Amino acid sequence: MYDVVIIGCGVVGAATAYRLARYDLRTLVLEANNDVANATTKANSAILHAGYDPEPGTKMAALNVEGNRMAIEICRRLDVPVKQTGSLVLAFTPEQLPHLQTLYDRGTANGVPGLQLLSGDEARALEPNLSTEVCGALLAPTAAVVDPWGFALAMIETAVRNGVELHRSAPVTAIRAGEGGGFVLATPQGEVETRFVINAAGVNADRVHALLEPVDWRMQPSRGEYYLLDKSEGGRVGRVIFQCPGPEGKGVLVAPTVHGNLIVGPNAEPVTDRRDLGNTAAGLAFVKARAMQSVPSIRFGENIRNFSGIRANTDRDDFLIGWSKAYPGFLDLAGIKSPGLTSAPAIGKLAADMLGEAGLPLTEKPDFLDERHVVRFRYATPEQKAALIAKDPRYGRVICRCETITEGEILDAIHSPVPATTVNGVKRRCNAGMGRCQGGFCGPRVQAILARELGVSPTEILMDQAGSWVLCGETKQTEEVPTHG
Amino acid sequence: MAETYQLIVIGGGPAGLAAACKAWEQGLRRVLVLERDCELGGILNQCIHNGFGLHRFGEELTGPEYAGRYIAMLAETGVEVRLDTMVLQLVPGRDGHPHEVHAVNGKQGYQVLQAQAVVLAMGCRERTRGAISIPGERPSGIFTAGAAQRFLNIEGYMVGRRVVILGSGDIGLIMARRMTLEGAKVLACVELMPYSGGLTRNIVQCLQDYNIPLYLSHTVTDIRGHDRVEQVVVSRVGPDRQPIPGTEMVFDCDTLLLSVGLIPENELSRGAGVEIDPRTRGPVVAENRETSIPGIFACGNVLHVHDLVDFVSAESERAGAAAAQYVQAQDAAPGAPAPAAAIPVQAGEGVSYTVPQHLHPAALAAGAELFFRVRRVTKTANILVEDANGARVAKFARTHLAPGEMENITLPAALLARATPPLTVRIEEVQA
Repeated sequence: MYDVVIIGCGVVGAATAYRLARYDLRTLVLEANNDVANATTKANSAILHAGYDPEPGTKMAALNVEGNRMAIEICRRLDVPVKQTGSLVLAFTPEQLPHLQTLYDRGTANGVPGLQLLSGDEARALEPNLSTEVCGALLAPTAAVVDPWGFALAMIETAVRNGVELHRSAPVTAIRAGEGGGFVLATPQGEVETRFVINAAGVNADRVHALLEPVDWRMQPSRGEYYLLDKSEGGRVGRVIFQCPGPEGKGVLVAPTVHGNLIVGPNAEPVTDRRDLGNTAAGLAFVKARAMQSVPSIRFGENIRNFSGIRANTDRDDFLIGWSKAYPGFLDLAGIKSPGLTSAPAIGKLAADMLGEAGLPLTEKPDFLDERHVVRFRYATPEQKAALIAKDPRYGRVICRCETITEGEILDAIHSPVPATTVNGVKRRCNAGMGRCQGGFCGPRVQAILARELGVSPTEILMDQAGSWVLCGETKQTEEVPTHG
Repeated sequence: MAETYQLIVIGGGPAGLAAACKAWEQGLRRVLVLERDCELGGILNQCIHNGFGLHRFGEELTGPEYAGRYIAMLAETGVEVRLDTMVLQLVPGRDGHPHEVHAVNGKQGYQVLQAQAVVLAMGCRERTRGAISIPGERPSGIFTAGAAQRFLNIEGYMVGRRVVILGSGDIGLIMARRMTLEGAKVLACVELMPYSGGLTRNIVQCLQDYNIPLYLSHTVTDIRGHDRVEQVVVSRVGPDRQPIPGTEMVFDCDTLLLSVGLIPENELSRGAGVEIDPRTRGPVVAENRETSIPGIFACGNVLHVHDLVDFVSAESERAGAAAAQYVQAQDAAPGAPAPAAAIPVQAGEGVSYTVPQHLHPAALAAGAELFFRVRRVTKTANILVEDANGARVAKFARTHLAPGEMENITLPAALLARATPPLTVRIEEVQA
């Protein structure tokens, strides 16, 4: 019998697991996919929002502002790349200026520190590549850029190191109330019993909830498309550049990434197929045109990747955080749309507090290990590099040329507390293949290293999720050549 | 204490090998080749088809055989080689100070090496799906042609069974044949432009001989499949290269290979402050392949993308010889002034770039060879070289020009002597 089972290991599930890991509990995380942080958490704007967007009084407002502060603290403690760049919301016409004032007022009510309204010239003084059309801006110094999947990985790894169990490729297929209280969850690997269930299933949170009882809200998944540009464009802006939200949504942003690239997007397109992560010519054209409005000099010829992500939007205006009325003990962390990445640590803390109030004893473990260190060869000084190679020569073998990722770092990823088993799993953990050649050079090498370390044939190594095979067999063997005639 | 060399060659592919051999032949004795792979030869090692060496050796060799010739030549010299070694940074020396090369490998660790001269020979990389923003889903089964070639020819694995190839560059054409010979069904080769980007001989030998259709003026407009490629949608494009709605063809396939261009890999050069030509995406060089930084030379595909390795070797021997000459001149007269202002060579109508981009005045007396690519397929045309006054310096008649094939012309000293710089190379179409 587990105390808590968390369904879903995106950033919300990971943050909740990390929060619960400090208490003396039996906690299990069930992830449907073959890796964690592999849906909305890996495909978003990678922003820690300051918190001026949500309406004061909503859960989103409080959790965003608290989450921003917590997330930056957690990133620093668990060695996750984060950079507090600050953000600007731009106005292009005098008609948009009152909207900046509204955001300023909301932010102030939400407790966002340091907000400042700027003139167009003041904004351009901070960001020289902004359009000459910009006539005003809202500066929010606490906004940050982060490695979003790295953030989730750091939290779930730390949770696992502290005794939380994680099962991947473990979709929950049925949920029923247990006979002596609690719940019984079915997965392909068998049934598990637990006192409490936390539904952190992201875009599938409605389907998970529906395994227990009818859902009284509607998931309205919305796809957003992005460009990711080469590091040669990474300095185009120094801050996250937003536009005034319009009828189409929050608008297209232009931002540096924490890895030194430039990210541009998203649009917002309702989708019915929650696995359709496609890009469309029209969507990309829209994103490009909108981004050029903010920063006309972006060189889209330097694009290295397009991607899209699905927002877990619902028909409600706020996050859906609460207990099932009919089945106490089943807690929804659902409808976690933007600013979900930012809010995640605060959501995890809130979930833990709610469990405590519901009678789960939260006894802090004296030996909770709340630190993490990751080798990032490329950022090391020459002296540190020399020391790393002296310790293990495999840190001297550069496998990914574009990002300067060594074999040592790839091995670290494959042998981490939540081990990488796929090519993209390696990429998310140490960034091999994330650069301008997109794995053209290192892909075959990463494939070979994975096969060697996992003791399987390279043909068994997947690019990403189940079904994403890379190789279909060996080339012709030296069999006897059939003779004709 | 930094190790010091007369010359460090960055890259041990065909360019680096030829440059190092030549520099040794010209008398340099402390020469080092740094190669990031575990063996010399570069991309030639995975090019197991033949067709290499007709110009250089007068016979048809496979890629590994061609590389083998140079590796054997290098073994005859005292040139030092470090394999499995990645250069992280090039710091140019100023005012006669040596250049610094920072490199790592598992054996020697972090190395700071000094050299009087450096030859950049890092080659190129393939353009990816992202560079051309192909719409659609992001399943596995989308490979650059070179990555697929490595899987097949080096690692020994097949990447798919039913294949569509986007781009008719040479690697894509070679892979169409290679995949077919390994039992895959290549359904189509799709080319955005109205002409192929590859060599004519490859169109014939790799597509036509295997009845693989080539769709010119077409492109991929959608990729379907959540996990692995399931379908690729191909559409015809108009003269503006935009897809024409209603022309979609759907191919059921599991693999999409991309052969959509090569990009010289100059991150190291840029980091060192070497001036880059936005058209070639390689360094701006003089006729001796010296870059904007004295003592730093560039050759091969890091300089501009070649069609034949034979020309890479010739160019790299030129760079190796020039690097040797530079070192010897420095030794003879330390701090000697750099050569006087250069004579620009410009790409005019119908020409996308020239290499070299400028000539040292001394070259005028020796004559100069110019390499370039044309913008359009043309049947009968003249290559014209004109000077600043529009006066014709030279005219070369051609009966076939294509962007897929590198052109070269030699300007004799006698013609150059009369020209007023800058020089412009342009194409004049001749009506039949």
